[in-house]
Amino acid sequence: MDSDLHPPGPDGPELPLERRQFLAMLVLGMGGLAGTALLVPWMGLFLAAPHRSDPDTWRAVGEPDDFPIGATRKVIFRDPDPLPWAGYSGRSAAWVRRVSDDEFAAFTTYCTHVGCAVRWEEGAQLFLCPCHGGAFHADGTVAAGPPPRPLDRFPIRIHEGRVEIQAVGMPRPDDATHGGQGGGPDGESGP
Amino acid sequence: VKGRLRRIGSWIHDRAGLEPILRFVREYKVPPELVRTRKGWFWVFGQALVFVFLAQVVTGTGLAMKYIPSPVHAWDSLQFLNNEVMWGGFVRALHYFGASAMVVLVFAHMARIVITGSYKFPRELNWITGVVLLFLILAMAFTGQLLRWDHHGVATVDVAASILGRFPLVGGWLMELVLSGQTVGGATLSRFFALHVIVFPLLIVALIGVHLYLALSNGVSEPPKAGRPVDPATYRSWYARHKEEGNTRFFPDVAWREVVFVLLVYAVIFALAFFLGPKGPGAPPDPTFTEQVPKPDWYFLWYYTLIWYKPPALDAVVLVWFPLLAFPALVLLPLLFGTGERAPSRRPWAVAAVGGAFVIWATLTAFGLRPHWIPDFDTRPVPAAMLAEAPPEVRDGAAAFHARGCQYCHVAYDRGGAYGPDLNRSTARLSPEEMTVRIMMGIGNMPAYGHLLTPAEVDNLLAYIYWAAERDAPDPGEGSRP
Repeated sequence: MDSDLHPPGPDGPELPLERRQFLAMLVLGMGGLAGTALLVPWMGLFLAAPHRSDPDTWRAVGEPDDFPIGATRKVIFRDPDPLPWAGYSGRSAAWVRRVSDDEFAAFTTYCTHVGCAVRWEEGAQLFLCPCHGGAFHADGTVAAGPPPRPLDRFPIRIHEGRVEIQAVGMPRPDDATHGGQGGGPDGESGP
Repeated sequence: VKGRLRRIGSWIHDRAGLEPILRFVREYKVPPELVRTRKGWFWVFGQALVFVFLAQVVTGTGLAMKYIPSPVHAWDSLQFLNNEVMWGGFVRALHYFGASAMVVLVFAHMARIVITGSYKFPRELNWITGVVLLFLILAMAFTGQLLRWDHHGVATVDVAASILGRFPLVGGWLMELVLSGQTVGGATLSRFFALHVIVFPLLIVALIGVHLYLALSNGVSEPPKAGRPVDPATYRSWYARHKEEGNTRFFPDVAWREVVFVLLVYAVIFALAFFLGPKGPGAPPDPTFTEQVPKPDWYFLWYYTLIWYKPPALDAVVLVWFPLLAFPALVLLPLLFGTGERAPSRRPWAVAAVGGAFVIWATLTAFGLRPHWIPDFDTRPVPAAMLAEAPPEVRDGAAAFHARGCQYCHVAYDRGGAYGPDLNRSTARLSPEEMTVRIMMGIGNMPAYGHLLTPAEVDNLLAYIYWAAERDAPDPGEGSRP
C-alpha cells in the first residue's frame, strides 16, 4: 500500500549546474546573512563597554583640614562609571597625601607592576604591594621591588573649599589620564 | 513485562534510527597496539575530559539555579549555597575540583600528544581545535574565579586587565573589554557570568564535537614506533591497512579502560569535594579594602610566581609576548613539524620540552604556594614579657622593628617575614656599621630608611637585632633569601 502512495518515481532530470550553483549560493548566502544579522548586534553588546557618561567625575573626598600636612589618608569615592546596582563594587579608593599647606597628591591604589592594591604603612612611610613585594615612597616613587614606574595619580584640586579627586578607572601603562603632580586651591592638577 | 520492554526498545531503535550509530560504535576500529600493550592507558585523557566537562555542566547548572550574578548579592548567594542549601557546598566543591581536574587532564592529554607526536599528519586540525579547547578551558577557570566574587577573584581580574593593558596598540581596548568598564564591578561580573555559563560552554560543546569528529575521521593515533616516520604520501593507506589487519574494535576493547579511568577521576573529584569542601568565597571584594593579600587559584599560581622571579629586563617578554604568542606558537606546532618520526626516543627535544615545562610549572607552583616575597603583614610585635630582661634600647628597638615595618620582611627573634634575609644570619656576617649602611641606604629590594629613622632609632634597632641574634641562634636548616 505504501508503495502505491509513494511510488518510487523515475529519476527526474538533473537540475542545470548553474541553477544548482545558484541555489547553493543562495542557501549559504541566506544562512550567512541570518547569522550576521544576529551576530552584529551581539558583538555590539559584547564589545561596547557600558559607559555611563557621567558629566562630572570630580568627587569631593573631604575638607582640607581632614588632611594634616605630611599625612597620607585613604579616601573613598564613587567610581567613574558605576552601575545603579553596583553596591560597594561601585566605589573606589585613593591615597591622598597633603604635601604642604596648599599642595595635595592623590595616588591610585593599583600597583604599577601588575595592578594589585597597595596599602599605606604609616610606620614605614611606604606603600606596599602584597602581590610581589613592590614598595613606593610616600611621594609615590618606587622604593623597591618590581614596579616599573611610580604610582599613578588622580587629578586633585581644592574646589569651593573641598578636596576633590577626578575619578578615573584602572590606570594603564600608556594612560595619559593619570599622572597629576599635585593640586592646590582651585587649580586642578592633571596631565 | 520483559517482552513489552523489549518491544518498546525495538520501537525506539527503529524510529530513532539508532542502528547506524550502534553499528558505527560496534565496528569502529582502532590501532591494535592500544589493546595489546599497556600504552593504551596513556590514550584515556581525552575521553575523561569530555566526561568531566559533562560533570561540570551538571554541577554548574545546579549552582546557576541558586547563584545571583549581582555585585551586591553574589557573595551572599555563595554563602547561602555553602551553608543553607542542601548539598550546595558539596556541589560547589564538586564544581571546583571538577575544574581542577579539567585543567590537569587537558595538560596531561596535551603532554601525551606532544610526546607521541600525535599532532602530526593527518591530525594537524585535531591539535589546532584542541589548542582552542585548551584556551577555552583556561578561560573557564579564569572567569569562574571572578564568579566566586571574593577579593582573590577580583584581584586576579585586576592583574589580568593590567597585563592586557600592556599589550601594544590594543592594550587599553582589551582592558576595557575584560573589565566591561573602567574597573571591576557589576558589569564585569555580568559579563563573566554570561561568558562562563553560556558562551564558553557552548563553544566548548561545539569544539568537542569537531574535535571528536576529527579524531574519528582521521582515526585514533597509534602508539608510535621508532623508525616508522609519518610520510603524508603513504600514511593514510598504511594506517587503514594497519587497523584492518589488527581488527581491534573501540567498543569494548578500548572503551573499558576509558570507563575505568573516568570512574577513577570521578572518585578523586568526589573524595576531594567530600573531604576538603567548597573553595571560598574569601573576603568580599570591596575595592576600597586595601589590606588584603590576594592569590590566584592554583592553575595560575605558576604565572603569579613567574612574574616575581623574572628579571625586570624580561618584563615585556613575560607580561606581553608570552601571553600574546602562546596561542599562535601552539597552533603552528603541527604546521612546522607535521611529518617525520613520532617516537619519543627519536624526538628527545619534544620529551625535554614537556618534561622541562612540567618541572618549571611544578617548581613555580610550589614556590607560589608559600610566596616568600610577600611581606608578612600579620606579624605581631614581640610580647613585652619576652623582653623583660632586655635593656631599654633593645625594647625600644624591638618596638621600632615592628612599627617601622622591618619585621614584615625580616626575621629577628624568631618572628617576621621571609622577603629579606634572616637577620640572625646577617648579624653573623655583617658588622653593625655595615648593617647601618644597609638600613640607611637600602640594598636590592630593601628601601632606604635614612630619611625616616633618627640616629637613636637606628642604634636601638641595631641593639635589638644583635641582642636577638645572640639569644636566637640561627637554625642551620632554615633558608632565607640572600
